[in-house]
Amino acid sequence: MSILEWMPFSVLLPLLAAPVCALLPGRFLPWLLAMASVTASAVIMAFVLPEAVNEPMRYFFGDWPPPIGIEYRVDAVNAFIGLLIAVMGTVILPWGRISVNREVPQRQGLFYALFLLSFAGLMGITLTGDAFNVFVFLEISSLSTYVLVAQGRSRAAPLSAFRYLVMGTLGATFYLIGIGLIYIMTGTLNMVDLAERLPAVADSRAVQAAFAFIIVGIGLKLALFPLHRWLPGAYANAPSAVTVFLASTATKVAIYVLLRLVFTVFGIEFVRQMPFAEVFFVLGVIGILFASIWAIEQDNAKRLLAYSSVAQVGYMALAISFVSVAGISAGLVHMFNHALMKAALFMSVCTVIYQVGSPHISAFRGLGRQMPLTMLAFVLAGLSLIGVPLTVGFISKWLLIETAMADGNWFAVVVVLVGSLLAVMYIGKVAEAAWLRPAPEGREPVREAHPGLLVPMWILVAANFYFGIDTRLTVDVARRGAEMLMGGSP
Amino acid sequence: MFEFILPPAILMIAGAVLIGVARPALRPLIALATPLITLYAIWQVPDGVQLTATFLGYEVQFVEGSDLRRLFATVFAIMGFGGALFAFRQSKWWELSAALMYAAGAIGVSFAGDLIVMFLFWELMALFSTVVVWCGGTERARAAGIRYAIIHLVGGIVLKIGIEGLIIHTGSPEIRALTLGNFDTWMIFIGVLINAAAPPISVWLADAYPESSPMGGVFLSAFTTKTAVLALIMLFPGTELLVWLGLIMIFYGIIWALLENDMRRILSYSIVNQVGFMVVGVGIGTELALNGAAAHAFAHIIYKGLLFMSAGAVLYQTGVRKCSNLGGLFRTMPLTTVCGTIGALAISAFPWTSGFISKSMISSGAAYEHMALVWYLLVAASAGVFLHAGIKFPWFVFFQKDSGLRPPEAPWNMRAAMIFFSIICIGLGVFPGLLYSLLPYPVDYKPYTPDHVLSQLQLLLFAGLAFFVMLPMMKRTLTITLDFDYFYRRMIPKIAGFIDRSLASARDRTIEAVLSGGSRAITQVRVQSYRFFSSRSPMGQMAIWMAVLLAVIVLMAFSRG
Repeated sequence: MSILEWMPFSVLLPLLAAPVCALLPGRFLPWLLAMASVTASAVIMAFVLPEAVNEPMRYFFGDWPPPIGIEYRVDAVNAFIGLLIAVMGTVILPWGRISVNREVPQRQGLFYALFLLSFAGLMGITLTGDAFNVFVFLEISSLSTYVLVAQGRSRAAPLSAFRYLVMGTLGATFYLIGIGLIYIMTGTLNMVDLAERLPAVADSRAVQAAFAFIIVGIGLKLALFPLHRWLPGAYANAPSAVTVFLASTATKVAIYVLLRLVFTVFGIEFVRQMPFAEVFFVLGVIGILFASIWAIEQDNAKRLLAYSSVAQVGYMALAISFVSVAGISAGLVHMFNHALMKAALFMSVCTVIYQVGSPHISAFRGLGRQMPLTMLAFVLAGLSLIGVPLTVGFISKWLLIETAMADGNWFAVVVVLVGSLLAVMYIGKVAEAAWLRPAPEGREPVREAHPGLLVPMWILVAANFYFGIDTRLTVDVARRGAEMLMGGSP
Repeated sequence: MFEFILPPAILMIAGAVLIGVARPALRPLIALATPLITLYAIWQVPDGVQLTATFLGYEVQFVEGSDLRRLFATVFAIMGFGGALFAFRQSKWWELSAALMYAAGAIGVSFAGDLIVMFLFWELMALFSTVVVWCGGTERARAAGIRYAIIHLVGGIVLKIGIEGLIIHTGSPEIRALTLGNFDTWMIFIGVLINAAAPPISVWLADAYPESSPMGGVFLSAFTTKTAVLALIMLFPGTELLVWLGLIMIFYGIIWALLENDMRRILSYSIVNQVGFMVVGVGIGTELALNGAAAHAFAHIIYKGLLFMSAGAVLYQTGVRKCSNLGGLFRTMPLTTVCGTIGALAISAFPWTSGFISKSMISSGAAYEHMALVWYLLVAASAGVFLHAGIKFPWFVFFQKDSGLRPPEAPWNMRAAMIFFSIICIGLGVFPGLLYSLLPYPVDYKPYTPDHVLSQLQLLLFAGLAFFVMLPMMKRTLTITLDFDYFYRRMIPKIAGFIDRSLASARDRTIEAVLSGGSRAITQVRVQSYRFFSSRSPMGQMAIWMAVLLAVIVLMAFSRG
């Protein structure tokens, strides 16, 4: 079989493994199956990426060519995002096993089945070339995620899951309305066909309304300010493994869908006429500043990082709003980098929660001495988030500032830098408690975490530095992807 | 022999990391060996660009050799060795490790072939110097470290904007002489000057350095400001503004050091003062003056390291940091006294010490350019240096009245480090050719001309005389004399107190106004926005926001389409 024929299995394997997983007894077997299928996905994507960078790969399901059948169309952008998701899944699952044993002691088969569904949904969204298929996979991943969030141990978890459910469904509905409108206008759901037929009807109000619906619907899924409200609760209350996985993948996939629909389907000409750049610029800037300020406010470290995620989405929105190859590639790079740093940060915070039992920052006091490896990982990943040189965060900020400067947009430069300073404050808040404050009196000495929790965490920390030095994978592929999205125009 | 040049900074970083993972017994060995191996590697770097890498799509020059760069890297490595020798038995391993990382940053900046690499190592220095400050371990060190980090963070951001702007507008990250003409170069200029402790942002230095541990201060005294001087030499030679900034630094340092009581704070102000001399040298910009700035940086690192070592040894043995509580230590700490005095003589540019052969190059640089005012001010400042660092520091710490403290002599490794640096101070003074042969431009400067030695001795003599004239009066303060007592206890404190109070109240009032106004505004922004947009607000609001957003986008789209 050629790599083209393997490619759909990166979605199908986890999707088919999910029901099997639900039936498996015990704790180890479901995890093993989940791990095996996610790893297989990652391996497949690792082979797909080099192929897809040069020439888009097209796979027709059941040999039905579009527009009748469903097509998987993979180019540099979605191969890049797909690889990111699969690799993050592969790193997070071994880490998650220990925390899941604690947090979801019963019926782990179902838990891993849901995890696989959520994973398969995200992969499906990424690889598919069909706008309605995106919706189907979006629902698969969202529904399973709602249930996963509800598995959290805190009493607020079901409520957070319910809020996420209501808001997420609103978003998905908006997206569906948008897709419905363009289907009425063009009679096709295949993205390439849509891209060919839409310019002819671009002047119609229906297409413009569809654009607005899709932007708002996806905007909710990517937690764009002010549509971010589902995110902090969901991240803060979900089981640790789910939090880490969501934080590093879910919003990234939503941004991918946005890029794909806006630039490939609607096309650059149409986007320039629409109020896309202004809306994303304004919301991105507000998101960066306000979400960072709110993050400083938080006493719960998980919630703090969740607001930081909203701020980071703001950076991506800001980057995309420049509607240029440089801007989009900066956004793509930041998407990748943010997955690395936020996963490492959430892992270290969740490890502390695992050891100490509380997510409150006061519980972090004195942990620098007692859990040095975990807290060092937090500091290093935090430095990456702030944007210290030799980390991925530096690359992100550098590209973003370069784009803004080349555009002559000094306001954006200032916003990015102020955002970095605010990041220093909220990362510093946790790091200071851990390293410079004495442990609260009367607390039992805390031991360093299990190696099974430390190793994946440090792999991610190492990745934060590796991709901060060697930018060939991220920057070059992202630039190629951005060029493909923009259709070769500068 | 080797095709591949091992970057000295990477060696140093490897050593610093190794300290962390090695067995405790091996740590001292690694801490001492790393700077020496690095020093060897530094001298293996030939001229020109040696090692390039691709970073962010630019061909960055990771290692570039030249005389000037090697000179600075050499003294940084020597300082790393001396500091490690001074500290290795007393410091915690993380302090040693952080200090070596800090030194590695300085060496990395020295060899950086372009602005991107320079910035990388610049930030490395900022990061680990903050850790070194924190290693002081006290509550004051914690707070000072945070203030220090914020200043350097802002400085780094300013520098980064400048560098990135310059790269975008000129397309080249190469390190070359720049002229202050546009926004980008100004930002780079300001970013570098923040690290040089130039006014108006000099205060971070005397704020943070004295809060470090007795050992940490030795490292802190060396790297940050001198890498800034190196950056100024490479980026802004001959910028006239620097002459005046440097003069302000010189006199700022002298005045504040004379008013100060904390011994390491005196030395910290004296760093500002000495860096001022170098900045003036860069500002004059002739070959002689640039040579002088480089030579002075070299000499200064050694003797200021020596002074911080002697102060650190005293602090380590007594735990007392205030001059008024010290004195008479020469009885039990003779070696520390001798070494501290050698450092004090060197900083005062006494003939046959390293300060003499380097500082005079700068003032001669001014004289040859016929900058009469600058020359007069530099000469006057030399006398001031002798007053605050040359006499005040050793006198109050080691001689003066007997404080009753009888600390034992410093541990052997501290003594060894002090002797090592004393030898360098005197060796360079007696054999100036050693240092001159390392300088970036050919030297035909003769420091030991009769009139030069004589004039310097005269200057020191009169400055010393001034001090010794005051000395009997000072001694009298020990016996109770009302008239002078008033002067000593009331008058000076009153004047100083008045200046201090008015300055402090003005400062407090502005800070308070900014803070209270700012925090009110921030609270409003924070609380109000949080009320409307937090994840805990009702779900219905979210739906409303979706509708609003949809309406806005649709209306904007329709109005255009």
